[in-house]
Amino acid sequence: MQNGKIKYIWELLNTVPDPEIPAISVVELGVIREVKFIEDSYVISITPTYSGCPAVKAFQDDIKSCLIDNGINNFELKIVYSPAWTTDWMTQETKDKLMNYGISPPSDTVICPQCKSDSTSLISQFGSTACKSLYKCIECLEPFEHFKCI
Amino acid sequence: MSLLKYILRIADSSLILAQRTSGWCSKGPTLEEDIALSNIALDLFGQANGFLEYASKIDGTKTADQLAFNRNEREFFNLQITEQKNGNFADTIVRQFLFSTYNFLFYTALANSTDETLSALANKSLKEVKYHLQHSKSWMLRLGDGTEESRNKMQIALQYFWQFTGELFEMDEIDMKMSKSGIGVENSLLKLHWDTMVNEVIEKATLKRPKDEYMQTGSKKGLHTEYLGHLLSEMQYLPRAYPNAKW
Repeated sequence: MQNGKIKYIWELLNTVPDPEIPAISVVELGVIREVKFIEDSYVISITPTYSGCPAVKAFQDDIKSCLIDNGINNFELKIVYSPAWTTDWMTQETKDKLMNYGISPPSDTVICPQCKSDSTSLISQFGSTACKSLYKCIECLEPFEHFKCI
Repeated sequence: MSLLKYILRIADSSLILAQRTSGWCSKGPTLEEDIALSNIALDLFGQANGFLEYASKIDGTKTADQLAFNRNEREFFNLQITEQKNGNFADTIVRQFLFSTYNFLFYTALANSTDETLSALANKSLKEVKYHLQHSKSWMLRLGDGTEESRNKMQIALQYFWQFTGELFEMDEIDMKMSKSGIGVENSLLKLHWDTMVNEVIEKATLKRPKDEYMQTGSKKGLHTEYLGHLLSEMQYLPRAYPNAKW
């Protein structure tokens, strides 16, 4: 019974988009670490991407309203720091979604999301959000964002 | 009590440097640098928050926000290098480079702490600090080995901030106790590695390493330079003026 409900919660969470990169869900981002039933409530463990990422607060609020809207009220969100979030947790499918969305996914070779060239150069290690850096494509000259590997 | 103070020292250095660095937001020399420094500040705020939450749990009476906003100058234990003014871009870069190199070594060591929370926070912070170090290091090289003016500014900055580097490796009774129990880091042991890393960059940047002469001290006891009070008056103004304000 609870296992079924836990599966349902995972499904619901998978509909909550990342507030800054709506092409992927918080589950795909890898920040939901665990959903467990303890005593009377579902404990959802969340790990921040970057320590200071403002999206963490935003997606906590989004998760809360999503669960409440779907009739789940007995839950609590728990922040866990270990193991530290890593882009290694992203599946190939998620990386493809990022690429289609226009963000070069985390990888050793940075590929231009426009023309798919691997001839690219770093403009700045820091981009519009904590998780991204800024690149430009040497082939098509378009600037683009790259999801940093951490 | 020792543990609480130990955590506050780590938290405060991140918090104060975060507040300082955030002063560049909208004032960066280029858009990319504006974003870079603001991101670094954001990381540092986040790290400070993690450590302050833990301090709050150990303390048991104050929330993380209260620890940040309701303590006075003498109750802050941040390293003095973190409270120094932003100055010009060279000053900010040199400060960041000296501190990030230390922070990198410190968190690498703290990641092995027997205290699970400290180890987790250190591992998390380390990933971010690596980027901070890369960023400031690349500017050290570019500006040091740049024009005559940029080299001069970097050398002057290095000369000024050097007096605050002694504190990084100081150990008092609390550090001793914490490192002995496996919770904390033996800071004095980081010095050798720090010297190697810093010397390499200084040399490559064609700068001169200042001599280890007079060193400032005092932050472990809550003694600070004149700049901290001014920083706090700005950072703490709103929650002090409107104690029930929510944001």
